Amino acid sequence: MASSSSGAATPVVNISGLYKRFGERVAVDGIDLSVESGICYGLLGPNGAGKTTTLRMVYGVTQPTSGHIEVFGLDIAEHRREIRARLGVTLQDNALIEPLTPEENLRVFGRYYLMDEAELEDRIEELIDFLELGSHRDVPVRDLSGGFQRRLTIAQSLVNRPELIILDEPTTGLDPAVRLALWSRVRALRNEGATVLLTTHYMDEAERLCDRVGIIDDGKLIAEGAPRTLIADTLAQDTIELDCTEEEEARLLDGLSTRVHRLRVGERLMLHVDQSVALIDHIRSHSTNDDLHIVARPTTLEDVFLALTGTSLELGE
Amino acid sequence: MSVSPKHALAVWRRNASMYARTWKWNLLPNFFEPVFYLTAVGVGVGAYIQEMGGQSYVAFLAPGLVCVSAMNGASFEVTYNVYVRLMFEKSYDAMLTTPIEPDDVLAGEILWALTRSTIYGGSFYLMVVAFGLAPLPSSLLALPVLMLTGLLFASIGMAFSVNVYTIDYFSFYFTLFLTPLFLFSDVFFPLDERLTPLWQFVAEGLPLLHPVRLARAAFGADTSGSVLAWDIAYILGLSTLLLAFARRGLRRRLMS
Repeated sequence: MASSSSGAATPVVNISGLYKRFGERVAVDGIDLSVESGICYGLLGPNGAGKTTTLRMVYGVTQPTSGHIEVFGLDIAEHRREIRARLGVTLQDNALIEPLTPEENLRVFGRYYLMDEAELEDRIEELIDFLELGSHRDVPVRDLSGGFQRRLTIAQSLVNRPELIILDEPTTGLDPAVRLALWSRVRALRNEGATVLLTTHYMDEAERLCDRVGIIDDGKLIAEGAPRTLIADTLAQDTIELDCTEEEEARLLDGLSTRVHRLRVGERLMLHVDQSVALIDHIRSHSTNDDLHIVARPTTLEDVFLALTGTSLELGE
Repeated sequence: MSVSPKHALAVWRRNASMYARTWKWNLLPNFFEPVFYLTAVGVGVGAYIQEMGGQSYVAFLAPGLVCVSAMNGASFEVTYNVYVRLMFEKSYDAMLTTPIEPDDVLAGEILWALTRSTIYGGSFYLMVVAFGLAPLPSSLLALPVLMLTGLLFASIGMAFSVNVYTIDYFSFYFTLFLTPLFLFSDVFFPLDERLTPLWQFVAEGLPLLHPVRLARAAFGADTSGSVLAWDIAYILGLSTLLLAFARRGLRRRLMS
């Protein structure tokens, strides 16, 4: 991918005071953020948080109610065609032409960018290699698996060698092997110099893929930073989980000397501490149930999200 | 922002690529409908009719049915097909992530509908020539009339489609709008011989009447120049109005 020509000083995407209302509903409620060149930035949040609306405003299809967006240092309100010629968007839904083959789909899409035909043919070969589409290049799209169609959709959005790649929920609904393969492709693109802006409600995806994440809830950016830093700044490093009622919780944690961050989702209790061993011993010694199942694991972005919003991502859907 | 012809052409080429793959399934049913009318009504019923409008019945039917097949070609494209691209295939959402703007989408789609109506009407016209029902070379003037028919019905259909929120409405469009037009627009019987002057005046509002009258003139009917000028003005005027309306609807639909 070509690296950004706008220089290190200018962010690739710069959003200030972004606000969008649909009738009575506020979808985006005052977001400021910037995406530096060459990084992978993840917008996290439950469905309906305002991620897709924010992206649509970045590539100029939805007009903000107020606020300002610059992409490559250009105002999106004034330079839509010019900016979109330099970026690629993978939409949440695959938009493929079902009777046509992968190769023909890529050709149709390349023409939207007015690409030179010879250059387009070279690019199609590159993308068929890059996303491993060769085995079914002549099969009509309607006969391809969901994972294959998703890879083709991503290939489409790369046809113009974009400097900025926007991925809206790139791996939703895919099986784990396909997700892993796609993550490696996204990393490869970033390593070649492209800037990536993606949305996801999978915290593991964000943690593995993104250099920087912003958590959006209810149209507001409520936290931002590198995944590791964000976890360290918000919660203790260890998490233990167990099922118990609120009465049991009071008994199990009775007389605890260290401060513990607690979060309850239904029966599930999550505790965040610096040293899980001591806490587990304490709980075991206060429990009447010898079979009490306790899970100990490192704290993740998911915990940060739960702690910040008080809602589960799964429940938020 | 205005139309970029190159981007509109890219939209046109998208549809052409798909059509090149599927034309057999698309062309046949819509193409054969007027062919059946021409044979069943023109030849079959026509055997019991001495003459109509001063000629054999099948010759009377031919120019009107040429317009009907152009009308069908454009109408299927801008109703069902546009709606599927808009709502199910999300083709326009994908286009708008590229330098293509909504106006290019509209221009490309209208151009494509025009192309399809020319393919439909043109093939039907060739068949009519083969039947010996079209005087040559004068009836070649029916070819530009096909394009006008395509433009008119592409505009009407598009204005309807961008304001419709369920695919079920299209069956109303076909059975309650296009079918009566087909039956009462001078195709099957000469309107001016059947209607009182008041009703003839009302009938001037029927969109299909105007292309049919132009096609009849191309096939040799004696029509005054001022009537033909009014027909062309009607087609261009109504198309312009409806395209402006469709443009607003499409922008609202794609850019909310």
